[in-house]
Amino acid sequence: MNNIIVFPMAIPVLAGIILIFFRNNRHVQRWTSFFVMVVNACIALYLLSLIQREGIMRIDFGGWEPPFGILFVADSFSVILVLTTSIVAAVCFIYAFSSAEKNYEQTYFYSFVNFLVAGVNGSFLTGDLFNLYVCFEVMLLASYVLIAFGGKKNQLKESMKYVIINVVSSWFFLVAIAYLYGTVGTLNMAHLSERIAEAGQTPLLTVISMVFLTVFGLKAGLLLYFWLPRSYSVVPTAIAALFGGLLTKVGIYACVRVFTLFFYHEPEITHALIGIMAGLTLIGGSIGAVAYRDIRLIVTYNVVIAVGFILVGLSAGTLEALEGSIYYLVHDMIVKPLLFLIAGTMIAVTGTAKMNDMSGLIRNYPMLGWMFFVVKLSLAGIPPFSGFIGKVLVGQGAIDAGSYILLALAFISSIFVLYSLLRIFLQCFWGETIISTEDEMPMKKGWVIPCALLTAATIALGLGAESLAPYVKDAAETLINPQNYIDAVLYKD
Amino acid sequence: MRTNNVILRTVTRIVVIIILTLAVYLFLAGHHAPGGGFIGGLVLASAFVLLFIAVDMETVRKAVPIDFKLVAALGAFISVATGFGGVMFGEPFLNQVFGYVELPFFGETELTTVTIFEAGVALAVVGVVVTIILSIAEDV
Repeated sequence: MNNIIVFPMAIPVLAGIILIFFRNNRHVQRWTSFFVMVVNACIALYLLSLIQREGIMRIDFGGWEPPFGILFVADSFSVILVLTTSIVAAVCFIYAFSSAEKNYEQTYFYSFVNFLVAGVNGSFLTGDLFNLYVCFEVMLLASYVLIAFGGKKNQLKESMKYVIINVVSSWFFLVAIAYLYGTVGTLNMAHLSERIAEAGQTPLLTVISMVFLTVFGLKAGLLLYFWLPRSYSVVPTAIAALFGGLLTKVGIYACVRVFTLFFYHEPEITHALIGIMAGLTLIGGSIGAVAYRDIRLIVTYNVVIAVGFILVGLSAGTLEALEGSIYYLVHDMIVKPLLFLIAGTMIAVTGTAKMNDMSGLIRNYPMLGWMFFVVKLSLAGIPPFSGFIGKVLVGQGAIDAGSYILLALAFISSIFVLYSLLRIFLQCFWGETIISTEDEMPMKKGWVIPCALLTAATIALGLGAESLAPYVKDAAETLINPQNYIDAVLYKD
Repeated sequence: MRTNNVILRTVTRIVVIIILTLAVYLFLAGHHAPGGGFIGGLVLASAFVLLFIAVDMETVRKAVPIDFKLVAALGAFISVATGFGGVMFGEPFLNQVFGYVELPFFGETELTTVTIFEAGVALAVVGVVVTIILSIAEDV
């Protein structure tokens, strides 16, 4: 028993509720939210070191022992993601301080971001399948509100689509859980894993796993990403960064968890299908990323490519490939928000999202230009930055698993990522300067600092990959050996 | 709606009392029998909705001058705070305790912390339902 595991979800919930009472006090709202995320990051760091010493930990709510009660389980994989989430959310808060309009801040903006983070952390930590659904809903309800924030015409149009897609996929999720419960008779994730292993993964269970794959495909943007680019491109920058960094990642996490813990007995069906879907996602995302001239759409299509890339690792399923996926997941959670923040800042200073209307920004805003350059290299996987190690390990895993087509697609997609961002860099940052120094919009500190923090994070993650290695290795080993997870949940006091 | 609806108003006056009693009964019954905070809260909210229909909104607002958004927040706060109660005493999060206490009028009564949690749920439900109904009514 260790109550600290519940705090990454419980503290943001409590903070979000308390902030409702301080609706008109912007300072309390801002700094409470920021402080909560910093505390969460510290808790996650502490948990991470504790897990290395004491193994996987759990907390049974209300003292109800598994498999009867609901519980949170902290293993390295979950806690690494919680840590990254807290850092990213804190940085996005700093950006929101100087960019959110006053009426946003007074209509519970910070409360809803806190609820969103609570849902994300809860999804990462929960050890109960139905509770995973509930945490998904907490996150999604907050995101429904945040996507409609501001109430502009195209926002309402896109939020309508977003809500309908997500309600339908949540319904599928519920149906899948009901099927699984009807077949196996439990909802505790470790217990499910054990029972499926005992009974063997019958064709019926494989079919149920396909329903789960559909759900997570919709949530993560794996092949079923048609709703994603436009809805992510209408929201305000700070929220778009949070969405791009966190929401699809929860779908990816759920997909990885379900297909390494429950349905890992028939990889030639399930994992092969994930591989095909990932390959198609990479192709579709790459085409989208080079097809548009609106920088917001280019950036959101880059989110789609990353989803495909991470799931190539899951499809390969070896230890290296999973390690690579985890590295790349963490990298992507840091770099995608950075990309969104920089793109949003570019739009804010020029007043347009069209690539053709921007030129020579590097003369006006050198810092922004070079940070964009770093992001571009990091996303393409150039060595000193954080994308490199993930790409190498996923590639190695794909070779070990013999999936050469996926390997080729994954690395060709990196070239497309590089090309799509290089196009923005050449068009918008180089070329003739069209904003004269008099008309230049002053760059706010609140815009540069969050971008600089995330840039520093991607460099640190790239250079310090070695220090993260034991944690990532532990996380991947738990994914490869579900027995570790089962033992910790069912057979340890 | 300016029609002078005598029958509705007269019936409402009596029925609201019955609804409120039922709500309290359902809330307390919920510990061992069907009922509880969510259901009690819904019934309680239906009393408010009925008042809003029978009497006009301004009158009810004057009689019950509370912001229902804050009621919802207060309810959620109480529920989450009872979860932290367990943490304070070194027990798992959301742990609940109960005991039998001799009360002067009721005799031996079972008192539990779940009731506090459920009270929070009830307040949250009332707040949310009334807020939803009111914002729909304002739109039209």
